[in-house]
Amino acid sequence: MTQKFDNLPDETGHFGRFGGNFAAETLFHCLEELKAAYKKLKTDADFQQQFQRDLAEFVGRPSPLYHAERLTKQQQGAQIWLKREDLNHTGAHKINNTVGQILLAKAMGKKRIIAETGAGQHGVATATVAARMGLDCVVYMGAVDIERQAINVYRMKLLGAEVRSVQSGSQTLKDALNEAMRDWVAHVDDTFYIIGTVAGPAPYPEMVRDFNSVIGQEVRKQSLEQIGRFPDALVACVGGGSNAMGLFHPFIEDQKVRMYGVEAGGKGLETGQHAASINAGKVGVLHGNRTYVMSDDSGQVTETHSISAGLDYPGVGPEHAYLNDTGRARYVTINDDEALAAFHNLTRKEGIMPALESAHAIAYGLKLAKTMSPEQHIVINLSGRGDKDVHTVANIEGVSV
Amino acid sequence: MSFIDQKFNSLAGKKALIPFMTAGFPKPDMTVPMMHYLVENGADIIELGMPFSDPMADGPVIQKASEKAIQQGVNLVQTLQMVSQFRQDNQHTPVVLMGYLNPVESMGYEKFVNSAAGAGVNGVLLVDSPPEESAELQSHLKKHQLEQIFLVAPTTSEARKKFICQQAGGFIYYVALKGVTGAADLNPEIVNQEIKQLKQYTALPIAVGFGVKDAASAVAVAAQADAVVIGSALIQQLLGCQDKHSAKKAISDFMRPIRLALDSL
Ligand SMILES: Cc1ncc(COP(=O)(O)O)c(C=O)c1O
Repeated sequence: MTQKFDNLPDETGHFGRFGGNFAAETLFHCLEELKAAYKKLKTDADFQQQFQRDLAEFVGRPSPLYHAERLTKQQQGAQIWLKREDLNHTGAHKINNTVGQILLAKAMGKKRIIAETGAGQHGVATATVAARMGLDCVVYMGAVDIERQAINVYRMKLLGAEVRSVQSGSQTLKDALNEAMRDWVAHVDDTFYIIGTVAGPAPYPEMVRDFNSVIGQEVRKQSLEQIGRFPDALVACVGGGSNAMGLFHPFIEDQKVRMYGVEAGGKGLETGQHAASINAGKVGVLHGNRTYVMSDDSGQVTETHSISAGLDYPGVGPEHAYLNDTGRARYVTINDDEALAAFHNLTRKEGIMPALESAHAIAYGLKLAKTMSPEQHIVINLSGRGDKDVHTVANIEGVSV
Repeated sequence: MSFIDQKFNSLAGKKALIPFMTAGFPKPDMTVPMMHYLVENGADIIELGMPFSDPMADGPVIQKASEKAIQQGVNLVQTLQMVSQFRQDNQHTPVVLMGYLNPVESMGYEKFVNSAAGAGVNGVLLVDSPPEESAELQSHLKKHQLEQIFLVAPTTSEARKKFICQQAGGFIYYVALKGVTGAADLNPEIVNQEIKQLKQYTALPIAVGFGVKDAASAVAVAAQADAVVIGSALIQQLLGCQDKHSAKKAISDFMRPIRLALDSL
């Protein structure tokens, strides 16, 4: 019997041995409530219609599938296609998920929204939908990230969100997630927690995946129209893994479509300064699910490094851990300098400035294309635009702007 | 009968006092002497925190204690060594390890349980390992008569309370408020009602914790409960202690009034 992938998670929120519900007791009730509400609305015609309408009219979907002809020519290999999530409202795929979750929050009668953010993209996407729905919004962000993502902090404030600086631990994304969980425990009755990636306790990994699956659903349709068949390979960067799951999931039973998740190799796996949880972490439990976690010999979660704040996370969505172990998807790494080179390459060759997160996917996609033939097709998820990273790039290159 | 059961039996209705402190805080060599001071000043059971980098359910005080301990090289292995050292001079006070799952998974369930049993640990409370996810761990714990303590929260549904009570050993830990450890908004009246109800489902002793900070709040929530857990407020007292002598005084000053108040119930 061939293995099935599209029927996961199981009833208890597991993807094989990964995922699950490793949450504090106080949260169990609201996780069960959330699970029940989501299960009902997932198949509710009105809810789905509203979601589709918001994706079309507020987010601006469908996003194009773009044939990057100059890049293709440069690599002299497979045809390179870019899924343009950078053209979404607020500039990344993150909005697909927040548009979905805020509808759920509304339907559940919640008054207050909380979120965690690393790069600030998910924070901005959450503040955006909270503003649109007229709900209070608090975004937790590590003090270190606040420092390096000042523009997004200001964007969130303009949108009416309160940004709370997290001073504990490594003062980055994982600590922001801890703090959001603490807030949620204290305000379970009226608060909805919009998690920004396919991590967290069940049902978040499933729910965030489903809301982002519009990416892969569109690629199915677009590839049939524009290529005449499905692509041979899909490539996406993996922080927590929401843009990658969104692209992969609709293709998961099409075994001929190969899938590559690209983790942040930072300064190189051998330096220990990276965020490659699948490639260099071990199985553990973090933020409510069992998955690959970057931790030391004592099980303390270690600090991560990536040129892109959005990939700077020591865990990874449990479904990716499962796809890795079953071999359905492959997980590779791209280092900071390769991502930076890809950032420039795409900008100069195609006139598209990618987010540094997405530049990891571009870098691997370019390598992969070279190993393939011109009759083959690769779709790379361009998860976000690079405006937010202009300062980071200028800094690295010693330019003051 | 397990060691924790025996302890509760021997109290014969007296309220148990369960202080919590983080292993390795404020200094690694102070932990074992401090455990003895806690017993000298009325502790019936000790909850020892296993330091973790990401203590999701803890407030700022225990977060800081955990961070400090890790900075000083105190991890799970060192925590177990401390219990082992404590046991050399104390064979009558149960020790419950409290913490998070990742360090335990990292060591491996079997090795963890063997080492814990060898060190003289009597129970474990893992905040992020609910009964649904604990089958494998429990099978190891049972072999060594170690108890897994579970939490029940104000938000726990009736059906789930029943389920947890069936799975639990040692005692049930009732979380007194919706919030993290050390939060301030305790409502004793509701807590007492909730615990009274909870007793329908279990014959196990019920401990109450989160937000208990002094003799008055301890007495207020102990009306129905069998035990009171005090963590953040104790750790707060230890913040300024540089050596075991100052810790001895701080512990005595803090614990005595609480012990006396509980004994007057
Ligand atoms: C543009 C972009 N891509 C990717 C990511 C990584 O998240 P995920 O792996 O969940 O897609 C982020 C996170 O902030 C992002 O902003």
